[in-house]
Amino acid sequence: MLLIIISFISVVISLYATFIYAPSEVIMGEIQRIFYFHMGTVWVASVAFTIVFISSIMFLVNGKRKWDILSLSAAEIGVVFITLTIVTGSIWAKPVWGTWWTWDPQLTTTFILWILYIVYLIIRSVAGDNMKQAKFAAVYSIIAFIDLPIVYISARLKRGISPVVFGPGGGGIEREMLITMMITLIACTLFFIILLRERINLEKMRDDLKLIKSRIRQ
Amino acid sequence: MNTIISIISKDILSEFRSKDMFVSMFTFSLIIIFLFNLVMDMSSELKNIVSPAVLWITFLFSGTIGLSRSFALEKESDAIRGLLLAPVDRSLIYLGKFTSNLIFLLAMEIITIPIFIILFNYEFDQKFLNILLITFLGTAGFVTVGTLFAAMSLNTRLREVLLPILYFPVIIPVLLNSVRITSSLLNGNTLADNSASLQVLIAFDIIFLAAGVLLYEYIIEES
Repeated sequence: MLLIIISFISVVISLYATFIYAPSEVIMGEIQRIFYFHMGTVWVASVAFTIVFISSIMFLVNGKRKWDILSLSAAEIGVVFITLTIVTGSIWAKPVWGTWWTWDPQLTTTFILWILYIVYLIIRSVAGDNMKQAKFAAVYSIIAFIDLPIVYISARLKRGISPVVFGPGGGGIEREMLITMMITLIACTLFFIILLRERINLEKMRDDLKLIKSRIRQ
Repeated sequence: MNTIISIISKDILSEFRSKDMFVSMFTFSLIIIFLFNLVMDMSSELKNIVSPAVLWITFLFSGTIGLSRSFALEKESDAIRGLLLAPVDRSLIYLGKFTSNLIFLLAMEIITIPIFIILFNYEFDQKFLNILLITFLGTAGFVTVGTLFAAMSLNTRLREVLLPILYFPVIIPVLLNSVRITSSLLNGNTLADNSASLQVLIAFDIIFLAAGVLLYEYIIEES
């Protein structure tokens, strides 16, 4: 409950910072404000898919149901957030680049990431019983995760236009903008933790329900 | 090593007797390449960019048929159970199936390439020896994950339908790099000019061969 309250407050602060506190960008103008939320969602999606990767390995190593539940829950939330990333990115790109979509390395990788984890969810729904579904999904998510850097490198061999905000070649960033971005990242992360916890509980309840049903049948 | 060789010889022998996988795979590749050639205008200056894509899409589509057929054969009379009961390491079974799939796909591709040269009006020259090398590397990339996913998809409710859905997004790096190198070779560049793409291609093959060796047992146990 406490977590929900903190998360709610941080989301409100993040909205305030995004729309009022942060200065307007000189070249891109107001549309740049969508960027904070865009970064937040892509951050959450990356965290989620890293969790899927690690918990899939853990599942294959020791076969415990809790790891499977964790990877399923994180994957579902990750797909939602990466969808938001693509949508917000497109809305941002149209006025700035003049196009909704282009095959630049980051966009290519994001698109493939999106498809890969949708396929992951498809596997979970068609693979039949629990054990098989869990193993197939785990194997697929490991392959998918290793695949992504190679996709990025391959796409990189062509030139890219996505902005590199940090690191070499990246331009500087205003202090207010940096603070706004940090607040948004924290807000999104807290929201993600709540969603993840709820999703795990839901899956545990389903397990309990199954158990109770099978007992009644006997 | 003996295990791998016996799996390969078993696969080749059964294919020699029935020939249905090879015939269907090759006919399919022929149809695709004809269709592309028919519907596209190949006289333009874009030819060297478009035709490699056609070639690799053809390899990919007909390869998928071969991969899924090769595992379906194991399932048909429950032959896979026999393989699993044999007291050998599961990773050796993977390597055996990988090699035989690679041989089948390469056989199909080696016959497809001359047809490609004729239809798209190229010369039979030195370039195509290099393209053969790229074909080998690219196909090895296809087969590393393809062997794994064929076993996976045939064990689900969707069966063959699932294979392309699983498989195509993952092998996109292979497709991108193979097409890029082939296109560059057709434009008269050398292999050395494409060293970056070549390295990525080889890295993909090695990484996913290792991943297949490690992960195959989790898939095959659930057959």
